[in-house]
Amino acid sequence: MTADHHHPAELAPVEARIAAIESVLVEKGLLDTEAVDAIVRNFEDNLGPMNGAKVVARAWTDQAYKERLLADGTAAIRELGFEGPEGDYMVVVENTPEVHNLVVCTLCSCYPWPTLGLPPKWYKAPAYRSRAVREPRKLLAEMGTVIPDGVEIRVWDSSAEARYLVLPMRPDGTDQMTEEQLAGIVTRDSMIGVQRL
Amino acid sequence: MTSGLDDTSLPRDNGELVFEAPWQARALAMAVALVEKLDLPWDAFRHRLMTEIASDPQRPYYESWCAALESMAIDLELTTPGALDAAAPTEREPL
Repeated sequence: MTADHHHPAELAPVEARIAAIESVLVEKGLLDTEAVDAIVRNFEDNLGPMNGAKVVARAWTDQAYKERLLADGTAAIRELGFEGPEGDYMVVVENTPEVHNLVVCTLCSCYPWPTLGLPPKWYKAPAYRSRAVREPRKLLAEMGTVIPDGVEIRVWDSSAEARYLVLPMRPDGTDQMTEEQLAGIVTRDSMIGVQRL
Repeated sequence: MTSGLDDTSLPRDNGELVFEAPWQARALAMAVALVEKLDLPWDAFRHRLMTEIASDPQRPYYESWCAALESMAIDLELTTPGALDAAAPTEREPL
């Protein structure tokens, strides 16, 4: 540590606290800096909505897989190699012409890390967490997604027992696309249910 | 983008930064690592996070995360507030 280092040396209190927790726990042998680094790298490199998109594309192209996915989300997602913290108790909810599904975590920000990575900022905001339950149709419209009046909106509140992933409807005109191409059109927001493809 | 060194290494998600600062990534990873190390269910941490968010809904998310991590470490008697005070760095380590 040098005084003339070109990075700002000023530490926010929370940043200093996190550093203190890490150094104390490392010293006690309860944390391993390398292991913490590896978890950060995993989030940066391997976890994200591209994984969930593969699950959706497989379900769109393989009816038997889709049935397994809807029956036991955790097991079917693990088939594609996606598992880990916040990836247990996966429940996949299917959008249909009659039903649109929306996922929220009202109490904190539970989110399926292996398939979607970390949640976007708005997902963690108090406004989204309360309004998704109270007035989902209005909230979705404000986010640019108008759900027709005849379509029921089902809101799924994440909990210890369940992490939800929305299986969007396969868009028209995609019959000729390969599974890989299909994965390319599946967005994070469509798997949370704030967007329709 | 002009924020320099870290910019390309930070994860992006639909164009949005997942972590706004490196300490947030460490806070998250430390909770995951500690729960694994102690062989606790993830809920052991998640319930604390829920409590911290409920107690101060407007606090930035990762500050609640930090508070939850600290309360877990203290309640499990892994450390003490005094030990954390003493261990707090006064300047950022060079990247």
